[in-house]
Amino acid sequence: MNETQPNSFKTMPDENGRFGIHGGRFVAETLMPLILKVETAYKEVKTDPDFYAELLYFQKHYIGRPSPLYFAERLTEYYGGAKLYLKRDELNHTGAHKINNVIGQALLAKKMGKTKIIAETGAGQHGVATATACALFNLECEVFMGAEDVKRQKPNVDRMRLLGATVNPVTSGTSTLKDAMNEALRYWVAHPDTHFYIIGTVAGPHPYPEMVRDFQSVIGKEAKEQLFEAEGRLPDALIACIGGGSNALGLFHPFLDDADVTIYGVEAAGLGIDSGMHAASLTGGTPGILHGNRTYLLQNDDGQIVDAHSISAGLDYPGIGPEHSWLHDIGRVNYVSATDEEALVQFQLCSRLEGIIPALEPSHALAYAAKQLPLMDKEQVVILNMCGRGDKDLEAVLPKLDERGLL
Amino acid sequence: MSKRLAASFLKAKQENRGILGVFVSAGDPDTNTSTKILDSLVAAGADMIELGMPFSDPMADGPAIQAASLRAIKSGMTLKGSLEIASKFREKHTNIPLVLMGYFNPIYRYGVERFVKDAQAAGTDGLIIVDLPPEEDAELRDLSQNSELDFIRLITPTTLGDRLPFVLEKAAGFIYYVSIAGITGTKSAQLESISSAVNKIKQVSDLPVVTGFGIRTAEQAAHVASLGDGAIVGSAIVEIIAECDAQNLSAENTARKVSDFTKLLADAISAHKPE
Repeated sequence: MNETQPNSFKTMPDENGRFGIHGGRFVAETLMPLILKVETAYKEVKTDPDFYAELLYFQKHYIGRPSPLYFAERLTEYYGGAKLYLKRDELNHTGAHKINNVIGQALLAKKMGKTKIIAETGAGQHGVATATACALFNLECEVFMGAEDVKRQKPNVDRMRLLGATVNPVTSGTSTLKDAMNEALRYWVAHPDTHFYIIGTVAGPHPYPEMVRDFQSVIGKEAKEQLFEAEGRLPDALIACIGGGSNALGLFHPFLDDADVTIYGVEAAGLGIDSGMHAASLTGGTPGILHGNRTYLLQNDDGQIVDAHSISAGLDYPGIGPEHSWLHDIGRVNYVSATDEEALVQFQLCSRLEGIIPALEPSHALAYAAKQLPLMDKEQVVILNMCGRGDKDLEAVLPKLDERGLL
Repeated sequence: MSKRLAASFLKAKQENRGILGVFVSAGDPDTNTSTKILDSLVAAGADMIELGMPFSDPMADGPAIQAASLRAIKSGMTLKGSLEIASKFREKHTNIPLVLMGYFNPIYRYGVERFVKDAQAAGTDGLIIVDLPPEEDAELRDLSQNSELDFIRLITPTTLGDRLPFVLEKAAGFIYYVSIAGITGTKSAQLESISSAVNKIKQVSDLPVVTGFGIRTAEQAAHVASLGDGAIVGSAIVEIIAECDAQNLSAENTARKVSDFTKLLADAISAHKPE
């Protein structure tokens, strides 16, 4: 593959962790030495065949990779256009793509001699994946979760506790994912020698955006091979939802240099972009600095961070990974959005037509597919990342479907 | 070094003591009270003001200063408002150095060039920007050094090894020694560890070393200040403001309470002579 061609979109970040103007290492001095150590350690394992052999082992035998690439015939027929393939990462152990990254980082933490792990979580999927890896590798696990999310996502809190993690409800700020990340960083500052911080998305200080992307890129690599096998060609388009953006970048990255593949990242439009109640950092935000990186943020004129809103707790974040911000600036990826309402409709539709209950997050991706696929030819092919399953969302979604007569 | 900072350190040195730096958040709990508090700090004997520019997500701060930031934002405080408070302070108090502390995002949003120009026009003396480590600080440091604003670098317990010369190389004004690995207002460091850190820093840099984080009592302030060139007290002051705000005390009474505590700190530092 042309990994290093001069016009490649795959050479980022630079040595300072920059993707164009985005990325970087905007952290307190206390954390700088730690982040530099993570960077050095990651550089070492990147070229270490033993590390990759171990990662591959757990991907295959523990996560259940490769995940299938499934031709969704009934949805294709319903949308009435291009052929829709679903990359079934909701079939992974723990029910989402998050575990791909967590296993990689947990192996790195072990290699660095760390015995204690910190993680932030919003919907709880990254928290559950981290608690799972910590049980597997015998590591202590401290999860930080906004107090509001602890209430909204009780089943995941219960799972984490059963797996042996300590769940710390965060009441600072607005008690949601951004505050959980603040608190995880504060905890790390206070425990620099013993702890490793497993960030769950392609954001945070360098090298996290790069490292998480690399661990998630298994999604796109597999999908590319699988589609060649099924159709003998590249897809015409890719669609994935974006909160911080790890499942999307995992699917997109291996295709970035395939110029004929059109790529759509779907942000959460909440109650609508114009309502101000959304989580669409690229569509409705401006560049700024938060959680260790420069990237597009939801903020006011004074540079104060504004709360995100989305029905999906996993997309409810006022920032986005810096590589997405760069891909947006240079126009390689098209960033679009879908509302709460549109996601709800697809949540039900996909359950009824495919027997797959999607998480609310990929329901946003389906909502865009519902608009885009009918505009395409029947010979064209689209891959959508089914990055998580919807069991966790039933409590929130069922009353809403009932209200709308969709049950 | 800024003239006011230099004069302040010189005066303290002549009196054989360290300086007392006091942190408050601009606009906490409101502009009027905040202005009165600043006046009272000077009257009570503070040698340097560290004025916090509120940010919604203060990653390096503990609960007390987080709450101060949010109170200020809630009362309508902005970066522009913080600079106005600084400017009014400077009209009344021509000699006391005032250093701005904050996070990069509000500055970036305001415009880095515009910020440096306005901060200088407001008569401030230095900048402490917590989330701009040496690897990232050039975009603000270069501009501020070209004006008369000292870009103050932080040294932490995790910096004291190989990294120390690198961080100290382009430091200006004074060195802020963060005495604990942690956030503001939580644990306190052992005096021996502060002493050893200050000595390590002084072997590499000629700049004054001022210690902060976890200094809560007059006695601690006096000891810590004597180990280097000064001590900064933040959370303990801000907690008094929080208490007064919770009790709905008037601006005057709030300022008086803050002043009483600050005077205890200043007196203890003056009375404590290096062993």
